[in-house]
Amino acid sequence: MPTNPVLSLDDVTLKFGGVTALDGISFDVRSGEIFAVIGPNGAGKTSLLNSISGLYRPQQGALTLHPTPQRSSGQGNAATRALELRRTAPHNIARAGVARSFQNIELFRHMSVLDNLMLGRHVHLTGGVLSCGLYWGPQRRAEIEHREVVEEIIDFLEIEALRHAQVGTLAYGLQKRVELARALALSPRLLLLDEPMAGMNAEEKEDMARFILDINEDRGITTVLSEHDMGVVMDLSDRIAVLDFGRLIAIGSPAEIGTDPAVINAYLGQAHTETAPPA
Amino acid sequence: MDTFIQLTLSGLSNGMVYALVAVGFVVVFKASDVINFAQGEFLMFGAYLCFAFIAQFGLPWSLSVVLAVAGCAGLGLLVERLVLRPLIGEPVISMIMATIGLSSVMKALVNGIWGPRPRAFPSFLPEGNIEIGGAVLGLDRVLVVVVAGLLLFVLQWFFKTTREGIAMRAIADDNQAALSMGISIRRVLAVAWALAAVTAALGGMMLANMVGVGQEVSHVGLRVFPVVILGGLDSIPGAIVGGAIIGLLEQYTGGYIGHGLNMIVPFLVLILVLMIRPYGLFGKRIIERV
Repeated sequence: MPTNPVLSLDDVTLKFGGVTALDGISFDVRSGEIFAVIGPNGAGKTSLLNSISGLYRPQQGALTLHPTPQRSSGQGNAATRALELRRTAPHNIARAGVARSFQNIELFRHMSVLDNLMLGRHVHLTGGVLSCGLYWGPQRRAEIEHREVVEEIIDFLEIEALRHAQVGTLAYGLQKRVELARALALSPRLLLLDEPMAGMNAEEKEDMARFILDINEDRGITTVLSEHDMGVVMDLSDRIAVLDFGRLIAIGSPAEIGTDPAVINAYLGQAHTETAPPA
Repeated sequence: MDTFIQLTLSGLSNGMVYALVAVGFVVVFKASDVINFAQGEFLMFGAYLCFAFIAQFGLPWSLSVVLAVAGCAGLGLLVERLVLRPLIGEPVISMIMATIGLSSVMKALVNGIWGPRPRAFPSFLPEGNIEIGGAVLGLDRVLVVVVAGLLLFVLQWFFKTTREGIAMRAIADDNQAALSMGISIRRVLAVAWALAAVTAALGGMMLANMVGVGQEVSHVGLRVFPVVILGGLDSIPGAIVGGAIIGLLEQYTGGYIGHGLNMIVPFLVLILVLMIRPYGLFGKRIIERV
């Protein structure tokens, strides 16, 4: 596995008033890996993902999105220089190839599944008002190409039957899947998934786990996911970071994390209080 | 029967202009959930600007219209940058209050520059009448209907097909998701305000052509309010139907019942609709889980 980092966090600290949500977090996310961030509720998992995608601004530290190596030019978002995410607007972070899903599903509820996915292609659209509106020559070809990308994702995530369904009417588990599909439509090089399995039943969780593995293996997309369910993460991830009260208490392979005394103390020891899925 | 046709035609042509002005509300609301209470003042400003270019600077009317539209678009951008953008993230009600303040400032500004006296608008629309089924309709009105209809069509097409239009709808639907799709909220807000100002300028000029240019033009902003609510705050087809309904109601009550009542009836209907369908005839039914 290549070990060059895609993302580096260095001493990232995020405060809300007197509450320290993230306290001096440092780690690298390596290219091509599935990196899990776990911790009890309120440990700072979502704050961490929001800081990476630019919705929150940490007061201290550096979040660096490293440039893509020249040889993997197949990716849609080949960045040529490192990006300091703390000084980058959220929409520009998305443009740099960071896609995400949300814990509490943020889909365009009044649009169809297809329209949601086509919106995922937004960063790759280049047409102006006139060429888009008149739908001529190059624009028409571009639209067809985008549609092909989207159709391929629809096949991949097995949501063919839902193509024209209005998103707001879908079942929860399916909405989660559509949100994943939309994030994939950005052709990202870094995928952030915020509790992708929260609130799902066992079967849906298995499906989701399979999709996440396939995305990683077939598409080579580096994935950072947060999860409070320890079992899921152990099977899925290459490496795991454990947060507790905003601090990084351990980082390593699933095997290392499973035997880490600090983790057992902070997390596994009280796992029985964490069985209820979040609202 | 002649009266009926006459009233219907007048009502529909007024309704078209109302719809155009209503779309100004819709555009801003779609992008930011803000109801812009200064929309009527944008209308007035556009009309005065056009008036100034034609009557005071002696420019040809075609150039004046273009300049007035550009001027209003610039004003819209300026307002977004100076008034609304600092309020991003604040409660929506703060932004709405800011637009109310803005309307006072703009009124005072226009008063200061052009004075409170209404002026005759140098009409540039063709004169003469056409007869439809025994009713007489001014050519200028026909033209206004055509132009307004065309503009509404273009706007609807803008929202459906263009990158900016789709981005605007996405932001209206879900702010956070739109951000994570690489859509810049600031840029979309700026486009929305410019667009609202442009529709207002065009509506203002058309109105001024029919009734002259004065502070009254800004009152249309208020008259259009029932149109917007009736049609639903986020729908362009809704604005067209709402505009037609209000325009017709005004004419029928004015023509058959008498003067004065036509000022009230639209608002009575508004209250009735709000009691039955609080989200308007065409609005999205939003149910939020709290």
